[in-house]
Amino acid sequence: MNKIVEKEFFSENVAKLVIEAPEIAKSRKPGHFVIIRIDERGERIPLTIAGSDIEKGTITLVIQKVGVTSAKLLALNEGDAIRDVVGPLGKATHIENIGTVLCAGGGVGVAPLLPIVEGFKKAGNRVITVLAARTKDLIILEDQMREFSDEVILMTDDGSSGRKGLVTAGMEEVIKREKVDMCMTIGPAIMMKFAALTTKKYNIPTEASLNTIMVDGTGMCGACRVSVGGKTKFVCVDGPEFDAHEVNFEEMMSRLGGYKELEAKAYEKYLKNAE
Amino acid sequence: MENIKEYLKAERNQEWRAELRKSMKAKERTGRERNDMLERDPNVRNKNIDEVNLGLTEELALADARRCIDCANPTCITGCPVGINIPKFIKKIETGDYLGAAVVLKETNALPAVCGRVCPQEKQCENNCFYTISLKKPAVAIGNLERFAADYERNSGQMAIPEVAAPNGIKVGVIGSGPAGLSAAGDLCKLGYDVTVFEALHEIGGVLKYGIPEFRLPNEIVDVEIEVMRKMGIKFKTNFLVGRTATIDELKEQGYEAFFVGSGAGLPRFMNIPGENYNGILSSNEYLTRVNLMNAANPDFDTPVLKGKNVAVIGGGNTAMDSVRTAKRLGAERSVIVYRRSLVEMPARVEEVKHAQEEGIEFMNLHNPVEYFADENGRVNKMRIQKMELGEPDASGRRRPIVIPNSEFDIEVDTVVVSVGVSPNPLIPASLPNLKMTDWGTIVVDQDTMQSSIPELFAGGDIVRGGATVILAMGDGRKAAAGMHKYIQEKINK
Repeated sequence: MNKIVEKEFFSENVAKLVIEAPEIAKSRKPGHFVIIRIDERGERIPLTIAGSDIEKGTITLVIQKVGVTSAKLLALNEGDAIRDVVGPLGKATHIENIGTVLCAGGGVGVAPLLPIVEGFKKAGNRVITVLAARTKDLIILEDQMREFSDEVILMTDDGSSGRKGLVTAGMEEVIKREKVDMCMTIGPAIMMKFAALTTKKYNIPTEASLNTIMVDGTGMCGACRVSVGGKTKFVCVDGPEFDAHEVNFEEMMSRLGGYKELEAKAYEKYLKNAE
Repeated sequence: MENIKEYLKAERNQEWRAELRKSMKAKERTGRERNDMLERDPNVRNKNIDEVNLGLTEELALADARRCIDCANPTCITGCPVGINIPKFIKKIETGDYLGAAVVLKETNALPAVCGRVCPQEKQCENNCFYTISLKKPAVAIGNLERFAADYERNSGQMAIPEVAAPNGIKVGVIGSGPAGLSAAGDLCKLGYDVTVFEALHEIGGVLKYGIPEFRLPNEIVDVEIEVMRKMGIKFKTNFLVGRTATIDELKEQGYEAFFVGSGAGLPRFMNIPGENYNGILSSNEYLTRVNLMNAANPDFDTPVLKGKNVAVIGGGNTAMDSVRTAKRLGAERSVIVYRRSLVEMPARVEEVKHAQEEGIEFMNLHNPVEYFADENGRVNKMRIQKMELGEPDASGRRRPIVIPNSEFDIEVDTVVVSVGVSPNPLIPASLPNLKMTDWGTIVVDQDTMQSSIPELFAGGDIVRGGATVILAMGDGRKAAAGMHKYIQEKINK
């Protein structure tokens, strides 16, 4: 059992949960994820770790409500517990001093991007971070990002904060202005796809962190498979980060929808029961 | 080996056994017919998850126990990877001492109720039975009798807790709670070690839980055997991935002296044919894990599973049979095995194939998929298959399948389960750069002690074999436990 020690809503459908997981707090590195199962009847879902506190023995997860499990998670309160948390899983981000790193995050992808931004900064890089969201209220962790970035550019679809436009506009502005040695992107698959297309034009090595469907998360089930450079890879053990220019995002998006109908039905049932 | 022979001889010479042998003439014993288990009606059982085999009644068990002539040279034992004293437990049954029979089983087998259900006895003990070898008659139903004794004990509510040596205070770690790990843990505990089993999943049991379906091995049976192990003093830690949650070095700092790695088969193999990543195509590991471990077919559980109407399962092993029979139970109208060789070469147990056939599973043998097609949503809707024929035997001794040119045709499918094998789990090796591995990703061990290139690390089961049975994994676990004991004692006494 892993107790929730802190809960904070960033917006109506996005919240931060700080949960007790002392061993994971100690061993996790930027890029790692955990698999959680809320209760006896719950499903196993992967969540990328947004931070940890070794002394308190806690890890931080940021969750967006998209279906039954995320809705149940957001309905939990401080003092409640998550039955199973296992990790850290996946390969850690390869962090070194390479010069200038452009980090592009969208939606709740900004949360797992935070430790990576911190890591690159502490390794001596110049870090420029572009954060994108539909609207002002959905931008998360802006202050924390500013702490570890040399510059933060905000992009919103409606122009309510920062500049109006997509993440790619902010990225391109930086790339045209100065030499960028590598790019890191985390966000919705469609966003990462266009971020990758943007950096590809300029031949900037780019890594994307993929969040696919998983069951065990330890390399056993193969639910998370993606095509990278024409080869099948397992996100849970080979990733979650891959060369974004080689990822088949179309296939990934299609596979993310593999249980769409069942998930929609289950969510409907959940909302009805919650009434 | 000589010691064991002497021991078996002394056991056989005990008065009760000698008396029992004399009570009936050998001729009278061998003249009897073999007794098999009762089974549920195929057309009822293929719509639910109830266990297919119903076990032997007391009467049938007694009848079959009388068939065993208690040979002077019990060849059956040589066929048992965990070395059960087979004649002794069978003779215990003959005397009506069923609980005593269970005690004999547990001397060397940590999971008798499991083995009585899933062991390929026809290839092991029963294949080495006097009846099979010399009389050319159906073997004593050793597997059925094992199950009978284990079930009798469980239902009696008087589960015997195996004797455990006085605690020696030495900590050992077992990585993975599948059959290999449980077997090693059981033996190490009996030797007095302080055993902790680390499991990455949220349930103890490994493949016994996520892989083997309820209709073949109910989870409850596994849980009861694990409960006995807890009572012996074995500690279990779920949600703990050794190498990640904590490294081997960190565990050593916590006082662990040696480790057994039974982390099992990992990555599912795919065929790398066009369209294999369409939705609706999944590994047998994923399919079975969703249904068995996550209870996905039960609407009260959150994990979803695709309930296909036209389901094809690729492969001919036990896992393929488990998958195709699961699909039928989830309501498939057509549930087909597609296998590139013929029925004769199928690696699945004869019983599983027979049960599948009875339940209405179709077999497309000598067929192999070459490509998948999908609808506009990316869901598989068609599979292209080519016909095969058999050529000369290959390295495995089975006749090699050869493609018949221009024999392709398409069949409609909405769900495909790929069950063509697994590669060893890469997580432990990846965390130990000095560990010697084979080119196939399995851990290299000494055949006798199961010791790896890292002296305090022993291994067994699928992480060493690449893919085998529950009982071979358990045999490895026992061997490794003995190897670890020797290693630790030598280290201490230096």
